[in-house]
Amino acid sequence: MPFILRRLGFYVVAAWVALTLNFFIPRFMPGNAVEAIMGKFPSLQPSAEKAIEAMLGTGRNQGSLLSQYGRYLTDVAHFNFGTDLTNYPASVSSLLTQTIPWTLILVGTATVIAFFLGTALGILAGWRSGGWLDRSLPGLMFLQAIPYFFLALVLLDILAVKAHVFPQGQGFDGQLVSPGWNMPFILNAVQHSVLPAITIVLTSVAGWMLQMRNVMITTVGEDYVLAAQAKGLKDRRVIFTYAARNALLPQLQGFGLALGFVVSGALVMEIVFSYPGVGLLLLNAVQSDDFPLMQAIFLFITFAVLIANLVVDMVIVAFDPRVRAKEAR
Amino acid sequence: MRSVAHTWRRLPLKAKIGAGLLGLFILVAIIGPSFTPYDPSFQNTSASAALRGPSGQHLLGTTQNGQDVLSQLLVGIRMTLILAAEVGVIATVLSVLVGVTSAYLGGIWDEILSLLSNVFLVIPSLPLLILLLGYLQQRGDTATIIVLSVLGWPWGARVIRAQTLTIRNRDFVAAARETGEQTWRIILFDIIPNQVSLIAANFVNTVLYAISASVALAFVGLADLNSWSLGTMLFWAQSAQALTLGAWWWFLPPGIAVALIGTSLVLLNTGIDELGNPRLRDARFATKVAGRRVWPTDPTPVLADLTRGKAASFLHSFSRESVLEETTTGGKTR
Repeated sequence: MPFILRRLGFYVVAAWVALTLNFFIPRFMPGNAVEAIMGKFPSLQPSAEKAIEAMLGTGRNQGSLLSQYGRYLTDVAHFNFGTDLTNYPASVSSLLTQTIPWTLILVGTATVIAFFLGTALGILAGWRSGGWLDRSLPGLMFLQAIPYFFLALVLLDILAVKAHVFPQGQGFDGQLVSPGWNMPFILNAVQHSVLPAITIVLTSVAGWMLQMRNVMITTVGEDYVLAAQAKGLKDRRVIFTYAARNALLPQLQGFGLALGFVVSGALVMEIVFSYPGVGLLLLNAVQSDDFPLMQAIFLFITFAVLIANLVVDMVIVAFDPRVRAKEAR
Repeated sequence: MRSVAHTWRRLPLKAKIGAGLLGLFILVAIIGPSFTPYDPSFQNTSASAALRGPSGQHLLGTTQNGQDVLSQLLVGIRMTLILAAEVGVIATVLSVLVGVTSAYLGGIWDEILSLLSNVFLVIPSLPLLILLLGYLQQRGDTATIIVLSVLGWPWGARVIRAQTLTIRNRDFVAAARETGEQTWRIILFDIIPNQVSLIAANFVNTVLYAISASVALAFVGLADLNSWSLGTMLFWAQSAQALTLGAWWWFLPPGIAVALIGTSLVLLNTGIDELGNPRLRDARFATKVAGRRVWPTDPTPVLADLTRGKAASFLHSFSRESVLEETTTGGKTR
């Protein structure tokens, strides 16, 4: 079986674990979600309790756990995440479809930029270890240790509120443009995404750089690199086609694993910019005890990260001759 | 005591700076709260005391409710560090348990445990944390510690498993086994002491994860908002629009404290890393001969001798690492 299919199998298992967790958390957590909702809306009649239970799917009269589980899986397969509590009667999936493109474009692009930039800087720092770039790493680590949202708030205050270089949060200016596929709107949205993207890149670039530098230092010490140098090849060729190409493989694996963490941080950053993405939606869900929405967002983020990991695996196949060699056999 | 001093001298400069900075914060966490000028929750309701900048009376100014920011910061550093240390200890113990068990049992159990760690590594933790804490109605520190620890072990387990595998195959362990030493004694006195630096690095990493996750959770409002931690300070500052009101003295100190603690941990970790990996450590000493870098010789790598059954190698073939090994067919694998 090809490597990529096996990986797909692994992601299916991971997705199933996430789905199952998502199913059992509301049913087995101490504390009662229904009571929390009843407390939140004092105007609700006591008879509404049953309705809420039915909506959350946690009621006692919903049949056996197994049949509930079956119904839940069918619902998820049909993207039916129930009705939203705060934006009643909007469905959770309609709220998600509105916000997903914003997050996907912003967080996706910024993460990829940060990865490439960090990897490139890591290659240089690792090649000339002890050089100025390498010695600037502790400073970059400080940037990395700053919570995403904190840096975002400070940059927003300095560059947008005080200096007016960037717009003050939001995904677009509702007074100037209306959402749609027209040029003014796209330009406006791009303009609004620059500062959030900068914060994501600034806070995550050092992590990629440090990792790449460490692998690069180990790779540069290999005999084949010395041999390439001994042959009199140009430094540039040795760096990129000999050392960096092999150092990139562990880096790619790390990228897959760190993705979940990076994306999570970026989501909190959205809150600061009032960016109309999934992160802001998640905050609203948390603040209003909107459990169906929280669950759907958790599933969405998990699936997005799993798919991104699958893409990483495809890149690994393209880069790693060992995979192809193994599959040819 | 001499060996401690010896280790310290061998530490790279980065690690020394990191350890010093962290030590400073730990000192603040221990003695700070007994030097708080005010009760951090005490609200001075007179209008003249609210949202004032740093002054002789309030060294870091006051919040919107006239609370002393410095007092909150001193208590907050202790709260945050204690929480992170507790998560670090619990999650590291879990990592060691799972990692060592996995490597020692081998075969199908090893693959099942590895699969479990890989699954939990790939599921993004923050949304899951938010979901878990969202459903918990009482959001105290204990809940946060449990939830963070439960999700914090997979990375460490992976690393420790790999290291245990290589140690398990060394001669001194084989010798111990031949002399009839019991398995638990081998694990406790031969295996674990030989990966102390790895476990320490893992502990530092977990503490870092706990700090950033707990601060992010508090910022979203998923914490006991009546207690003072660096995260809840940021939450209240943000919900009162501190920066927009120009109250930088309220907002900046907790954020910078988080960043400095984080930096000290990262520096410490790179230092530990360099201690364990000679190539990183000796990067500074690489000598140049005729303009080319010459590297210190490498330690001989120890290859894990893995024997997998049919079922185990089937499970293993789904992992990313399977690519990096030469052969994965059942039976002996080198």
